[in-house]
Amino acid sequence: MTINELQDQIIEEFAQFGDWMERYEYLIEMGRELPPFEETHRRPDFLIEGCQSRVWLYPSFNDGVITFEADSDALITRGIVALLVRVLSGRTPDEILGTDLWFIDRIGLKENLSPTRSNGLLAMIKQMRLYALAYKSKAEQS
Amino acid sequence: MPLSKSIEAIRADFPILAITVHGKPLVYLDNGATTQKPLQVIQTMDELYRTANANVHRGVHCLSDMVSERYEAARETVRAFINAPRREEVIFTANTTASINAVAFSFGERFVGEGDEIIISGMEHHANIVPWQMLCERKGSKLKVIPFSDEGVLDLEAYRNMISGRTRIVAVTHVSNVLGTVNPVKEIVAEAHRHGIPVLVDGAQGVQHGTVDVTDIGCDFYVFSGHKVYGPNGIGVLYGRAELLNEMPPYQGGGDMVANVTFEKTTYNELPFKFEAGTTNFTGAIGMAAALDYLTGLGREAVAEREQALLAQATAGLSTIDGMRIYGTAPHKVSVVSFLTGKIHQYDAGMILDKMGIAVRTGTHCAQPLMERYGISGNIRASIAFYNTEEEIEALVNGVRKATEMLA
Repeated sequence: MTINELQDQIIEEFAQFGDWMERYEYLIEMGRELPPFEETHRRPDFLIEGCQSRVWLYPSFNDGVITFEADSDALITRGIVALLVRVLSGRTPDEILGTDLWFIDRIGLKENLSPTRSNGLLAMIKQMRLYALAYKSKAEQS
Repeated sequence: MPLSKSIEAIRADFPILAITVHGKPLVYLDNGATTQKPLQVIQTMDELYRTANANVHRGVHCLSDMVSERYEAARETVRAFINAPRREEVIFTANTTASINAVAFSFGERFVGEGDEIIISGMEHHANIVPWQMLCERKGSKLKVIPFSDEGVLDLEAYRNMISGRTRIVAVTHVSNVLGTVNPVKEIVAEAHRHGIPVLVDGAQGVQHGTVDVTDIGCDFYVFSGHKVYGPNGIGVLYGRAELLNEMPPYQGGGDMVANVTFEKTTYNELPFKFEAGTTNFTGAIGMAAALDYLTGLGREAVAEREQALLAQATAGLSTIDGMRIYGTAPHKVSVVSFLTGKIHQYDAGMILDKMGIAVRTGTHCAQPLMERYGISGNIRASIAFYNTEEEIEALVNGVRKATEMLA
């Protein structure tokens, strides 16, 4: 499935929910289903410091694709980062850099995108793109 | 003594309380961060801009005279509100933070040197920590911190033992913004004064919950913000004893704070103008005075009594929730409840409460050392005002219960 097909799928999943409560419940569930985070990766280097909840993001690069592992101490935030991992993990740097993540707006999470919001969604996306850029230039050099 | 108005009439004075958020009626329980403004304040400021706006203390013309008079009347209102001895001991600043920074700089310049010590408490807001740390860095002096118990009560014996011949000032909060503890500031002042040490009391969370009498407390400085006492933001108060203020150098230079300026030498104006350089927020000062008049009109003891009743209801209601931990259980506290339930992250709970229309604060509340003391990354704070209702407290309790179930 391409990134964009996956975005459409997520939008469809969220469309079945009547109210915010169900959307949050779904996000919380996705947060719970995120694979356990490797404790050795829980280091300051991989911490994206938001004001209110902490997010860890660990990248690895194999066979031209980036794998992201992630975690957060807040459940809703973990659900949000799980969505990002679902869309962007296992992709090439070019795919990650060339994608407009419009699903966030369409599933009612746009308010979380504002830079004044403190959950760090914007910071997470930025960090994922920075890793993509770094791996891309590293691949091009070798 | 009852409030001078019914709760319905009081709520009608605060237009914002009638709005809805996310389609739900607003339940505003973030009064510790900022309070809502009554029509009496909104209309005063609106009318001022429409009919009496001119710069204060500068013109001979009618408007300037008029607004200068009202600005000075606002100063008198503040003086009476905190029972300061003299009108010129009330200085208008931007907010509590600005007031503390002014004292830390100006008092520090004059009285604090290398090896000297400054005492604060472990339950201070960052605003009453960082300015003193900056002073310590400038002067090579040392910060000492009064510890407190799990209940949120300051250890006065530790405080007494902390005072030394090098202590230059004590700066403590009147009321903790997280724990709600009302500190025994009168005792703290008396102890410091026995050693000839002045005391600054941070009244940001103290001045809005009942009566405050700086003469009775005996403190040398008392500071607070307009926006936390139902007035506008951008206006604050620094009360200081004239004797000390006269010895302290001005911390900002400019217009209105000078008596005579030549390029060779400038002499400073007298109090309070020495500390009010530049055009002040006179609109804010007059708006804040309207807020103080409003509180006085309601009955300040009655305000405190109502808030205590709502606090008791909130504490009892929240305590019925499984895994509830309340931070701050001092016998003497204001209407602030900080809590966590189970292993739930404060941020998740705050997001869910927000969708229910309930505004609370989540996080460290600008008191990171306090959070560290309890070993937590933050918590949820409901801060209650007299205009809140029993139904709103019930909505909070139900909301927290629901969020706890969703996140368990």
